[in-house]
Amino acid sequence: MSELKSASFSRMVVQRFRQDRIATICFLMILILFVIAIFSPILANNKPVALKYQGKFYFPLLFKYRQFVSTDFKELSKKLTGPDFAIFPVVPYSPTEYDLMSVLQPPGRSHWLGTDDRGRDVLSRMIWGSRVSLSVGFIAVGIYVLIGIFLGAMAGYYGGGLDAGLSRLIEVMICFPTFFLIITIIAFLPPSIYNIMIAIGFTGWTGVARLIRGEFLKIRQSAYVEAEKALGAKDLRIIFRHILPNALAPTLVVATFGVADAILIESALSFLGFGVPPPTASWGELLSQSRSYIDFAWWLASFPGIAIFITVTIYNLVGEGIRDAIDPRLKET
Amino acid sequence: MEPLLRVEDLKVGFQTEGGFLRAVDGVDFAVNKKERFGIIGESGCGKSVTALSILRLIQEPPGKILSGKIWFGGKNLLELGKEEIRKIRGKRISMIFQEPVASLNPVFTVGSQIAEVFQVHEKLSRHQAWNRAVEMIKQVRIPDPEQRAKEYPHQLSGGMCQRIMIAMALALSPELLIADEPTTALDVTIQAQILELINDLTDKMGMSLILITHDLGVIAQTVERVMVMYTGLSVELAATEEIFDHPLHPYTIGLMEAMPGRDLQAKAGRKQKLYTIPGLVPSPLDLPPGCPFQERCPLVKPHCREAMPLLEENEPNHWVRCFEVKKNEN
Repeated sequence: MSELKSASFSRMVVQRFRQDRIATICFLMILILFVIAIFSPILANNKPVALKYQGKFYFPLLFKYRQFVSTDFKELSKKLTGPDFAIFPVVPYSPTEYDLMSVLQPPGRSHWLGTDDRGRDVLSRMIWGSRVSLSVGFIAVGIYVLIGIFLGAMAGYYGGGLDAGLSRLIEVMICFPTFFLIITIIAFLPPSIYNIMIAIGFTGWTGVARLIRGEFLKIRQSAYVEAEKALGAKDLRIIFRHILPNALAPTLVVATFGVADAILIESALSFLGFGVPPPTASWGELLSQSRSYIDFAWWLASFPGIAIFITVTIYNLVGEGIRDAIDPRLKET
Repeated sequence: MEPLLRVEDLKVGFQTEGGFLRAVDGVDFAVNKKERFGIIGESGCGKSVTALSILRLIQEPPGKILSGKIWFGGKNLLELGKEEIRKIRGKRISMIFQEPVASLNPVFTVGSQIAEVFQVHEKLSRHQAWNRAVEMIKQVRIPDPEQRAKEYPHQLSGGMCQRIMIAMALALSPELLIADEPTTALDVTIQAQILELINDLTDKMGMSLILITHDLGVIAQTVERVMVMYTGLSVELAATEEIFDHPLHPYTIGLMEAMPGRDLQAKAGRKQKLYTIPGLVPSPLDLPPGCPFQERCPLVKPHCREAMPLLEENEPNHWVRCFEVKKNEN
């Protein structure tokens, strides 16, 4: 009884989601990806996390020290003697650190996933690249979900001429092949990660808008909306407080798939050279770099490719998991 | 005494695929202060549309209020601006609906939904509003109100949800409560409890009530005066006892005859077919000229097929819309 008492819709959804083992594992993997992205400066860097030098402690990763401004810590650590020590991050290379002595090295002891044509560590670049991919995915989808919710809610709730106008706008937008539209927009904007987010955000909202419009059309007829009106609630209150929470569940599914799409689009843009400006690492840019050496340097293309593949797959699986958890609406009551 | 609410010649129509449908085609009535008024009629006779029109909840389009006046507090509700009518809803006139579970938002606890009314209209803080909500739940006689307030609509029974709806509707002590078939979706024992609750609370708070139903038993139990509706028209209007003891309009007489359980003792031991009014309700899209009840009426005369009778005071405070009844009495 106590369990039944505290069962709300969101709780039931979470419960059903957790029963889906694959989706749960994928969700955890997304969390791990986020941890990697957030902590990439600590995970992959050429400065030591902690350093004891001439009897004093330093934390060059967190703080800047005047005496170490142009120090190569790797050289320094080789010279350390006695009680002095240096602890390096797991991947002791910065993503932009050139090392012309070890160009195009295959995966091995010192470079786990090899190096590229300038001797940069591939693993380090991938770890830093995850920041670009994940943030583009999230922010771009965030932008278009907001636009989609707003326009869809207005069209669905007010109906009539507003709905007709917005629906035509959506149809016109859908007629453009999204990817080429994005490339066109990007071509006019200076290359930056923010412009990619904005371009994806302003072209992708149609799906969400249509979905929300449909949900609003359905829910605005429902008894509780009528009851709310009879109690004198304002339109905006009905739209955002009463209808929207009931319409959000399917949007969450679309948004999850959307993140996967946005990651793919960003990779494709970077691959085509429209992406983040060098030397910032991104998975698509890594792939793009690998083209010239594809004959023999298999590691350059494989690892970023696998990273994109896995990320997109787990997002899709999580999306499916959420969809399945939401679909049997209030079935167990 | 000036009545609390007066509806004059209300006409409401809907644009449908089959043509323009006149759902309400001339309804007049008045509700006094502290009076319990009933509207009875079969499905589709326009009683709900009448109620929704009072609060201007008819969706336009496809609906349209064609003519009429609804006087409330010295103002014609049909002429008020959007913002003015919104301020009347919930605060001065409240409404409860047929489907109590569906009338509550599934994603919020019932307590927070009642509390919201206080937050919006009286600008109370969250905490104060919550306490008032719990107080209201206690007033509608739900046991263990603190606990119930934290539950979601789907966890409560239909009767409980209707009590919650009543709590929401009465939260701001309106002057008039419109109850649109409040007990239709509930089972009979719960029905009686809900009606009693509505009776008691309207009494206690000095409120008027408009009760809409198709159930004669509910009417007999609750209201003081009744209006009978047929195809969007008010056909008879009188005190409840008067209607039951001495119905005048042939349709009302038919309704009384068709009520199961009347003269139970006389019929005891004999299986009897329930009386039905012969014929069918005419399609509202294709009403015959003249009286809409003509095809089913035992008293029908040729002139009934030509002209529409008016609602006239046949006996003191007993209004009826029929040519023939009038003649019989004179």
